[in-house]
Amino acid sequence: MTLPHLPWLELAILTPLIGAAWVLRMKVSHVARQWSAGFAGCACVCAVAAWLDFQPGGRGATEVRILGREIFKLDDFSAPLLPLAALLFFLATVATLRSKTPRSSFVRTLISEAIVLALFSSRQPWLVIGLLAAEVVPPWLELRAQGKSARVFLLHMTLFVGLMIAGQTCVTAQPGGQVPGAWGGVLLLAAILMRNGIVPFQCWMTDLFEHATFGTALLFIAPMTGAYAAVRLVRPIAPEWVLHGIGLLSLITAVYASGLALVQREARRFFCHLFLSHSAIALVGLEMGSEIGLTGALCVWPSVSLGLGGLGLTLRALEARRGRLALDRFQGLYDHTPTLAMFFGLTGLASVGFPGTFGFVGTDMIVEGAVESYPLVGVAVVVAVALNGIAVVQTYFRLFSGARHDSSVSLKVRTRERIAVLALAALILLGGFVPQPWVVSRHRAAEEILAPRDRPPTPTTRPPDPVRI
Amino acid sequence: MFHFPLLTRGFGLLVVAAPLTLVLLLGLPTLLSRPLSERTISRAVQAAIVVGLAACLVVLGLMLPMPSPRATIELGHWVEIHDYHFAIKLVFDRLSTPFVLLSFVLCGTIGAFASRYLHRERGFNRFFMFYVLFLAGIVVTSLAGTIETLFAGWELVGLSSALLVAFYHERTSPVRNGLHVWVVYRISDAALLIASVVMHHMTGAGDFSKLLGTAPWPDGVASSAITEHQALMIGLLLLLAAAGKSALVPFSGWLPRAMEGPTPSSAVFYGALSVHLGAFLLLRVSPLLDLSPWLCAAVVLVGLTTALFAAFAGRVQTDIKCALSFASLTQVGIIVAEIGLGFRYVALVHILGHACLRTLQFLRAPTLLLDYRTMENAIGADLPRTPRSWSRLIPEHLRVWCYQVALERGYLDGLLTDCFVTPFLRLFRRCDALERRWTNFLAGSPARQPRRADPAVGTIEDLI
Repeated sequence: MTLPHLPWLELAILTPLIGAAWVLRMKVSHVARQWSAGFAGCACVCAVAAWLDFQPGGRGATEVRILGREIFKLDDFSAPLLPLAALLFFLATVATLRSKTPRSSFVRTLISEAIVLALFSSRQPWLVIGLLAAEVVPPWLELRAQGKSARVFLLHMTLFVGLMIAGQTCVTAQPGGQVPGAWGGVLLLAAILMRNGIVPFQCWMTDLFEHATFGTALLFIAPMTGAYAAVRLVRPIAPEWVLHGIGLLSLITAVYASGLALVQREARRFFCHLFLSHSAIALVGLEMGSEIGLTGALCVWPSVSLGLGGLGLTLRALEARRGRLALDRFQGLYDHTPTLAMFFGLTGLASVGFPGTFGFVGTDMIVEGAVESYPLVGVAVVVAVALNGIAVVQTYFRLFSGARHDSSVSLKVRTRERIAVLALAALILLGGFVPQPWVVSRHRAAEEILAPRDRPPTPTTRPPDPVRI
Repeated sequence: MFHFPLLTRGFGLLVVAAPLTLVLLLGLPTLLSRPLSERTISRAVQAAIVVGLAACLVVLGLMLPMPSPRATIELGHWVEIHDYHFAIKLVFDRLSTPFVLLSFVLCGTIGAFASRYLHRERGFNRFFMFYVLFLAGIVVTSLAGTIETLFAGWELVGLSSALLVAFYHERTSPVRNGLHVWVVYRISDAALLIASVVMHHMTGAGDFSKLLGTAPWPDGVASSAITEHQALMIGLLLLLAAAGKSALVPFSGWLPRAMEGPTPSSAVFYGALSVHLGAFLLLRVSPLLDLSPWLCAAVVLVGLTTALFAAFAGRVQTDIKCALSFASLTQVGIIVAEIGLGFRYVALVHILGHACLRTLQFLRAPTLLLDYRTMENAIGADLPRTPRSWSRLIPEHLRVWCYQVALERGYLDGLLTDCFVTPFLRLFRRCDALERRWTNFLAGSPARQPRRADPAVGTIEDLI
């Protein structure tokens, strides 16, 4: 595909920032929503173009340097994460109903988007840490603006940033790029566990879902920036025992959170635990030494982001109609919202790796990789996936069936929501039926991630074409 | 004149393509909220099933003159990277071809029946959506030449079955029973997935021909790479998967619950195809059974226990669909025992005969009272009921006890609930409460409370 010669990466990051400045002037909330959707859409197009530019045959202009120093650069691992995150932000903005717009801050959403896109484009450890810290600010501002308790969130995130800075300081203090000692490893391990909500540091996630708006909480966790930090900061330098520690605790989290998802009585908490379980499964694969396991984890990443992002948008749409959703009784909403019911089923099943959806091959690869390394790990992953599958169908039944819901107003899905859910459904099914290109791309990324640990880095086959600003 | 391998390949692909196309044809308009009309759905289902059936008959015709009746269609690797591949391979042999033919015949018949039975029903489109998903799943499972392909079809069958049990979703009971079926199926799926990965790991491929030999079924010989101990381990996992899918003991409790679904789906799923899928899996991996006498003994034991249990519980059922489901289970138990004893052809013929007979009985079930009345009118008196003299030999209190146990279906559901489900959920509810308390402590204020303290309906304890 021939793309115009434009600095797509810079545009992808700057467009939401410009959008935020523009939307800040808006007084009428639904006008602000329309402009925000427009800017988020433009950012999404730029992110897709940057990714296409990176593909073989593209111009490869995916590096940004300032004063000769690399600031942003895409590689095999990060290139597809950019459009993925941009799409999530775009669809979340598009699917915001008018009834929800007064409470939504589109400016904060656009700033968050710019930070996430910049984060996925950066590889320099200190820049990554800075952006991870900046990412915390918009949700915190929202909690404060709404007068909600932000203590748990702030406590965990402050600790996370502090541990990350301390750990990275230990790492950079090692002469000649030696493997960092025990302290560096422990600090980084704790930071990653904290940010990813791994047991025993998971309570900030449920707290965020309880207090923040669903959209904000969803967009904070769905791009899985914590897992990105694990790959960028910890994986290349951490000793084996740190990786095993993260893997083991992630495995425990995967099973534990899937069990908790089964017993929840509120939809938000159910979603939070389901997400936690899936992201922990992905993290198990990321910390696995085998190429298959790592490839599987990278394949599961978009299925978690898209599948659970879609599931979150569905729950958000239902909440917009019914308020907070209780799971302790049957709601019987199918007849009023058949499209949302169908989409809930599709995205939920995609997230648990059902055949024909995005996550199927990835889950199979993680299990395969786990059995190859440690058979019991494979069994635990299968148990977690099975429990998640039960939790998804149980929640589907609780929300959409088991009773007849009478409503005097139409609860039907709106056009904007339909567009959002259909776009995600198309991606989930396309990735499910034609997984090979995606798996090959993720395998390349897995090799790239494993390379610094296994062998000295090899020169890139494509000469870089830096764009200076 | 004819290029037989090419013809076999073309028609073989058509067998699978027909139901898969049907899924797309019905699924896409549903996804776009533009469902097709009843007439279009019925015709599309009939057309696709006729095409699939005809193609399968052609493949059978092409296979018959072959010295070794086995046609393999390799579709290459669906996913392939350095040391991982997901191959798609279809196998037409003495086991899969009759099973696929049976599936098409029964699904076609029941599809035609259902289009009248569910005429003007609000969930007409939804029923056929799940129905064609089931058909696609059963065809893929039957023809699978690799364990991964089999697993994909297996999951489709499970999902469509559970959703069809909960078809009348405005009532609580079908939904709870649908979830019960899904829970058991997930256990079965997990066992199959682990077995599949272990097999893949041991032989380096999920291909049945590498695992069970290239000789046509049932003459295959298991790979020499598999030891007796490994065969026992994989075999037990597969037996667990089969037990979940075919409602063998101790998972038998879901079968009568599955009767909450519409009669057409009950007939084809639990009278004919789905309930035999576990037995089909055991037949497919039967060379593995030959490696381990202990595994064969376990299969026979599970089969006979199921048969005895179902015969015992079935005697006191008070509604016709439940009575038929236990009658089905009795036969499935015997079929599984036959497989364990090495009577592979007997088991296959038993499956085919039993599936047809039971489907007919299920379809006649709603008119049973009318049938009785017709017969009684014809003979001009009540139908004769022969007293069972042997039952008088059993003491009264023992008879009452047996009646209670049979009525409660051997307390199997209660046993599973008390031993596994309740402790599991209690543990996680306690963890959840602790987590809430910890979060509240950190936050300095109580979190938003759920609307009710205790679940009112639909807890998993109620479901199992």
